[in-house]
Amino acid sequence: MSDTYTLYNPTVMEHFMNPRNMGDLKDADGIGEVGAAACGDIMKISVKIQNGRITDARFKTFGCGSAIASSSMATELIKGRTIEEAMNFSNQEVVDALGGLPPVKIHCSVLAEEALKAALEDYVKKNPDSAKAQIAVAA
Amino acid sequence: MRNVYLDHQASTPVLPEVFEAMRPYFTEAFGNPSSLHQHGLRVREALKKARQQMAALINAESEEEIFFTSDGTESANLAIKGVAYANERRGRHLVVSATEHPSIMNSVEFLEKQGFTCTRVPVDAEGLLRLPELQAAITPQSTLVAVHHVNHDIGTIEPIAEVGRICAAAGVPLYVDCEASAGWLPIDVKAMGAALVSFSPHRFYGPKGVGVLYRHRKARIVSMMHGGVQENGRRAGTENVPAIVGGGLAAEIALTAMPERIAHTAKLQARLWKGLSEHVPYIKLNGPIPGPNRITTNLNLSTEFIEGEGQLLLCDLNGIAVASGSSCVSKSLKISHVLAAIGLDHALAQGNIIMTLGQDNTEADIDYVIESFAKIAAKLRGMSPMWEEFESGVIDSVIAPRGIGKSFSDHAAGISGKPAR
Repeated sequence: MSDTYTLYNPTVMEHFMNPRNMGDLKDADGIGEVGAAACGDIMKISVKIQNGRITDARFKTFGCGSAIASSSMATELIKGRTIEEAMNFSNQEVVDALGGLPPVKIHCSVLAEEALKAALEDYVKKNPDSAKAQIAVAA
Repeated sequence: MRNVYLDHQASTPVLPEVFEAMRPYFTEAFGNPSSLHQHGLRVREALKKARQQMAALINAESEEEIFFTSDGTESANLAIKGVAYANERRGRHLVVSATEHPSIMNSVEFLEKQGFTCTRVPVDAEGLLRLPELQAAITPQSTLVAVHHVNHDIGTIEPIAEVGRICAAAGVPLYVDCEASAGWLPIDVKAMGAALVSFSPHRFYGPKGVGVLYRHRKARIVSMMHGGVQENGRRAGTENVPAIVGGGLAAEIALTAMPERIAHTAKLQARLWKGLSEHVPYIKLNGPIPGPNRITTNLNLSTEFIEGEGQLLLCDLNGIAVASGSSCVSKSLKISHVLAAIGLDHALAQGNIIMTLGQDNTEADIDYVIESFAKIAAKLRGMSPMWEEFESGVIDSVIAPRGIGKSFSDHAAGISGKPAR
């Protein structure tokens, strides 16, 4: 493969070709679906939450290679985090973990952050009391 | 893994005999054609021969009407700006079709900033120029009409002879960009009624680094590149002699090989579209159906519920080289202006792939592409929330509506806050 050239770095290509956590969660506690007005990409993240922590996450993405890789990496990164930690999740973490994205593709990582936060908001909206209590417990 | 190159609209390989013909002009016949000694005179003869070969490809009256530039973009810039400035005392208005190449659209945009005005004539859903609107767009101030022979994205063959008649009746010179057709479709500048024509040999098995501009002797044009008096003062700068020599031979070969190339690519085009339409559900061909209105080399496809760059990447990983007009592929994050001009739904434009055929593609290549692409589409759909939402009835198909669910665009606008561009 020494004479193979790739559009993205090896980490991004690897997550694009073999995405982690792709799919849906049957009994998801929160689902977030967001679209990028700039390019038209759409990302959906589902999370499972137990005792204030994200125990599982899945994604589905309609978008380019870097959008698929960003959502794959984001779901990897957030597993095990508390709701509060996840609420402070930044797209920069995805960019760093992927070893960088081309400037024009940074918005793909922002979409992943937005999809995650939409999933958490969905959870809080559905479980206002337990969410508050769980955040307190986890903290 | 099989390697299938399906991006002949981007570039083609140089033919071995063309490469051999170029070779001496790097080393022994290295002279500058402007020099007055043996070295210069020798290559000057070679340029003359190449001019004759280019003139023959487009049925030009004389090789003196052929000018060499560096590529298609430079030819387009020279044609648009050169004619606009040469005639600016007569008028400052241009007419172009809405689906021209960026080298033309952006030249026009530059001129608009300098005070010129331009009318972009719309096309129909297949990319065919609306002739009555072209007629209506021409004013007494118009100094140029630009309509390409074949569209670079969707392969539409424009009714150039009719465009030529409209321009002749109005007394306005016509510039025909033949980048996507030269070498693959017969071109006759006289039958077209074209005052200017441009094309590039690297699209038909010649080298990069040379562009051709045909200019009818009566068409007025000013130089955009200033310096010496190369190319009769129309284009200053030392000619790229090896590329011009190679380009000339590629043009000569193209003229002879054209019927065979057309028949071969037409057969593969039909096979590829038939195979894809049978094996990939919810796929659409953009532009005219293969036939008299479409060039035989091009298929422009929209595969619904998946995005184009992902398709391109997976094709590449399977040895298949394709292009895409998706917003994710462009650095501006905008869909191809051609797909926008034919009114293609944004979601379909985003799922866009362009496959362009060449003489070296085989039926076995095509069958491999059909088989691989069906798997690629299925893989990406498995990852796509839109496919899932289509299957569960939340959104509907644009290609084959079932009457259940809202449109993809409405759904996307709903979750992103505003419609995508």
